[in-house]
Amino acid sequence: MRVRFWGTRGSIPVALTSADIRDKVAQALYLAEGRRFESIGEAHEFATRHLDFSLTHTFGGHSPCVELETSGSEYLVCDMGSGARPFGAHVLARQSGKPATVNVFMSHVHWDHIMGFPFFGPAYVPGTHIRIHGCHDVLESAFRLQQAPPCFPVEFSQLAADIEFLKLAPGRAHEISGVRVTPAPQMHSGDSYGYRFETDGKVIVYTTDSEHKLENRAQTERFVQFFQGADLVVFDAMYSLADAISVKADWGHSSNIIGVELCQMARVRHLVLFHHEPAYDDATIEGVLRETRRFEELTRGTQPLQISAAYDGMEIDV
Amino acid sequence: MPLAHRLYDNALVLAPTGRLDHDNCEAFREELAPHLERSAKDGAAIVLDLSGLEYVSSAGLRCFMLAAKQAKAQKSRVVIAAMQPVVAEIFQIARFNLVFEAFPKVRDALAALSPAAAAAFDRG
Repeated sequence: MRVRFWGTRGSIPVALTSADIRDKVAQALYLAEGRRFESIGEAHEFATRHLDFSLTHTFGGHSPCVELETSGSEYLVCDMGSGARPFGAHVLARQSGKPATVNVFMSHVHWDHIMGFPFFGPAYVPGTHIRIHGCHDVLESAFRLQQAPPCFPVEFSQLAADIEFLKLAPGRAHEISGVRVTPAPQMHSGDSYGYRFETDGKVIVYTTDSEHKLENRAQTERFVQFFQGADLVVFDAMYSLADAISVKADWGHSSNIIGVELCQMARVRHLVLFHHEPAYDDATIEGVLRETRRFEELTRGTQPLQISAAYDGMEIDV
Repeated sequence: MPLAHRLYDNALVLAPTGRLDHDNCEAFREELAPHLERSAKDGAAIVLDLSGLEYVSSAGLRCFMLAAKQAKAQKSRVVIAAMQPVVAEIFQIARFNLVFEAFPKVRDALAALSPAAAAAFDRG
């Protein structure tokens, strides 16, 4: 299974400004210390080997949208944040005119998780099947509402694709497109749901917009069970622990520290920090990643936990 | 978790030891409660002497946060002293360094609270 991240930012999409880009270029030139490159390839080599990720890349970008590519012909994707626009372009390019079948799994229907759908190209292609899975009663009405006048010029009813809304039962396993999918309730305003995907002996957990109350041991044990033995966990690490349990308590998000602790307890192999705080720049997110890896080292038991920070365009093979 | 305590003038030094995690954080809170009640009555500031603390998890950090909140509501305060390097790193990664005043040594913390507390510490 391949996991492809189309949108990784929380709450609202962000874009680099011209000043951000100029600063990255200036820092790269400064760090090159007068080196002479004979080709653009040599310059790329220097950038890759010697410069920080946050200088040569950006975490992005779009709000949540994460694709799970399986050996099957249907598409699976979590959330329809603004990353759904480039994901849609990818689907159209790959299908080369053939209609697609897309299975969407919705964590919840807050705006940052549905805002990409009106820009999801396949929704405008006749013959496309879009199955939107979720646990909320308001799933369909939320999608229709954001395309109702005066919010958007194309009403939901005008979309050419065949679009179905399918209610899933939390805590129960569902067989969908060859994948065993189990939703789990999470703590977030209006509720949210995480998903455990199991196929070909691999397990991926998508768990965003989820707050963890440290005093609630039953909740902790439930999440350890939900994550148990996963190959990859995509985790809402929006805040620092100090913020998550004080000034931002009850805001419905979690922290890198809690992500590491839960994954260690559940013997997860790879934790991906996700739903980045929109106020963080690239260097800050890279710093959080570095510190989170250090925290894992300090607290490691018998099994190491690999840690990554999601960025738009990242692909992980599981 | 046994919680050694000692009063220096109007400052109370509490010294948790070992590991503070999900398994013992509630016991630690129970140990801490009477000291916080006392602080509410006489206004004593609390110094958490972490020189004997080897590890603190998120649940343990939450206990510190709750103690600090309660103390603040009682017009008192909780400060940190003498963290071991690992615990200091965890504080920094969790951004608790932005929440708590931390001092290299217990005496430094007492001196910041009151000259009388530091003098009492010097007298032994």
